Amino acid sequence: MNIEFTSAELAFQQQIRQFLNEKLPVDIAEKRKAGLYLGKEDQVRWQKILYKQGWSAPNWPVEHGGTGWTPTEKYIWATECALAGGPEVISFGLKMVAPIIYGHGSEEQKQRFLPDILASNAWWCQGYSEANAGSDLASLKTTAAQEGDEYIVNGAKTWTTLGQHADWIFCLVRTGAPEVKNQEAISFLLIDMKTSGITVSPIITLDGKPEVNEVFFDNVRVPVTNRIGEEGKGWTYAKTLLTHERTNIARVGLSKQRFARAKQLAKETVDLDGYLIDNPAFSQKMAEVEIELLALEYTELRTLSAVSTGAAPGPESSILKIKGTEVSQMIDELLVEIAGNYALPFVKEQFEDGFAGEHIGPETAANSAPYYFNNRKASIYGGSNEIQKNIICKAVLGL
Amino acid sequence: MDFSFSEEQQMLQSSVSKFVQKDYDFESRCGLVDSDNGFSKEHWQLFAELGWLMVPFTEEDGGLGGSAVDLMVVMEEFGKGMVIEPFLTTAVLAGGLIAASASEEQKLQLLGPLMEGKLQLAFAYSEPQSRFNLADISTTAELQGDNYLLNGHKAVVLNAEAADQLLVAVRTAGEQFDRDGISLFLVNTNTAGIAIQSYKTVDGFRAAEVRFDKVSVPAANLLGEAGKALPVIEKLIDRATLALCAEAVGAMEVTYKKTVEYTQTRKQFGVSISKFQALQHRMADMFIECEQARSILMMAAMQLDANQGIAPKAVSAAKSRIGKAARLIGQEAVQLHGGIGVTDELDVGHFFKRLTTVQFLFGSTDFHTQRFSRL
Repeated sequence: MNIEFTSAELAFQQQIRQFLNEKLPVDIAEKRKAGLYLGKEDQVRWQKILYKQGWSAPNWPVEHGGTGWTPTEKYIWATECALAGGPEVISFGLKMVAPIIYGHGSEEQKQRFLPDILASNAWWCQGYSEANAGSDLASLKTTAAQEGDEYIVNGAKTWTTLGQHADWIFCLVRTGAPEVKNQEAISFLLIDMKTSGITVSPIITLDGKPEVNEVFFDNVRVPVTNRIGEEGKGWTYAKTLLTHERTNIARVGLSKQRFARAKQLAKETVDLDGYLIDNPAFSQKMAEVEIELLALEYTELRTLSAVSTGAAPGPESSILKIKGTEVSQMIDELLVEIAGNYALPFVKEQFEDGFAGEHIGPETAANSAPYYFNNRKASIYGGSNEIQKNIICKAVLGL
Repeated sequence: MDFSFSEEQQMLQSSVSKFVQKDYDFESRCGLVDSDNGFSKEHWQLFAELGWLMVPFTEEDGGLGGSAVDLMVVMEEFGKGMVIEPFLTTAVLAGGLIAASASEEQKLQLLGPLMEGKLQLAFAYSEPQSRFNLADISTTAELQGDNYLLNGHKAVVLNAEAADQLLVAVRTAGEQFDRDGISLFLVNTNTAGIAIQSYKTVDGFRAAEVRFDKVSVPAANLLGEAGKALPVIEKLIDRATLALCAEAVGAMEVTYKKTVEYTQTRKQFGVSISKFQALQHRMADMFIECEQARSILMMAAMQLDANQGIAPKAVSAAKSRIGKAARLIGQEAVQLHGGIGVTDELDVGHFFKRLTTVQFLFGSTDFHTQRFSRL
């Protein structure tokens, strides 16, 4: 056992820091550090900087444009980037559909789709959940009936994050006859959002933002060549992604950055006897969150270390999802508490791109409550924390 | 010991409950939140006609008795519909301050119109730096001839935009954190030098930043004795805190019941998700939290009415315990609803928001836990 990074890893860390220092736009980093949102333009601007550097897809194989970093190097990258205020890349293209395309797609599909994903020329969104297929995703009802060399897609997807910006959507659809067992009738389709018959309808979340959408399919014609792999294997492909190494699922870097901000603010916030950081109840809470975050960081490092020695990451990644979202939600609450009375004002315009006016109260307080409200989603999406515990019970504890 | 409501209290409860059920469905509330005024003036007139605006006041002041238990009855029902009319701000808090500190002449001038629904008030006390410390006041009032000149910045003043008059806590003597030297002024919102920057709050109410720049106020607008206002402010904040706790208990009851109902209708894996024991126990916890909250609320209301020295401690106990319950019930309601719980379109998310802000209004859960241990 050795807790230190190797000298090569330390050199890598220096290289990352230098890059971030030189190339991360200050305006983007400041927005992130104040807990504000980024619009599409900021997000794409950053991802194109990464592309230019050759770092937009650390999780991809080198032959398709990956970086060839070790798991530890990927971890260093994610952590340093978050601490500097660098946004995470939008995962739908680079982290979710790309591995399925290079893992199970045809040569033609790889050549057609991967370059635009790598360069952030195409914005992807996800069409998995449906109104009645959430935790029980396999019960999805959107159908794709083959007619000649096309599928006719009908149905509705929901919780499609940032679908309003998307050029493409990847969908799980039902291709088999109704009597076929649920999972074996599901296929994986790539659908151009410009196809006629697709309607995107925003769902306003608790922070007042149109972050997620419903996507309706009314006789949408999709070439059969847009199907990934075999018909009826879509569920298997989607599932390999879930058990596949999901880089940065615990979002330790982001939580570290946000925790550091909370700690700094607590030092500056006047409380009854001095500063908030000196309040025994508050400092106890801060310490507990920090300790939980430390444990999480080492759980992630252990997982990475196992991967780098060749072991396949198993359902332990469920721990990272559960504790990662719990820690981030604890930090949300610290930030709301720090904001105090200024957690109350809700001035929507403050969160619009290009807002130049003065914030009500401190800028760091403005988004504290909306962020807290919205981030309750974290323990719900991507397989709710209850589903994650079911996975642990079944796959680890053998119950 | 008697935990039952009097006949009058039962009637009051039933009339407020009917109003919330009939006129305060979620859609109507959303309409009011988004309206220019931020609440319904018609509802406010109805409150006056039904005598609800008289509830916080003693019979001597022209009210219905002013017991904390009566107040609890009204606020709990309001909580079930997340009523946004400024009953707590205008009637309980600002009205209460007037009743407790104003001269007979001032009362005559103000309390009648208030109870008739013709006067809106706001209480401007917190400041950008003050958090929950009621003695942390740096807004000043200096006597110049027959007038006081007010200077300073009051933060997150609820109902300031709609208010005809502001009650302002200012410093007439002493240093920023001194308990002595705090005075209360009645200030017309039209007075020159007042700037009101109004906004919505995250839970759908209205508040404002109120800035005073050499605002001239007649010395006759002083409420009570100069420099001695803090004890009365604390007393009324305690009362408002109790009212807020009652609102929270009403909101919690609706929230856990809606969650139970939802899990019975939501089917996944071929069954209602209410069949999963992992979820059942969590709903049992929500119920337990709600009942513990209700118990301590009743204790605090009765202590306030008994008017023994223990009342402030009882209020802090209630606020602390209810803050904890509000947190758990709000968060669990969203989690058990899943994605739909995080949307603006379902009422549960809005109950969650209100159950969040009640944890911080008039002092956070930690603040009241610590106050409890100090008192």
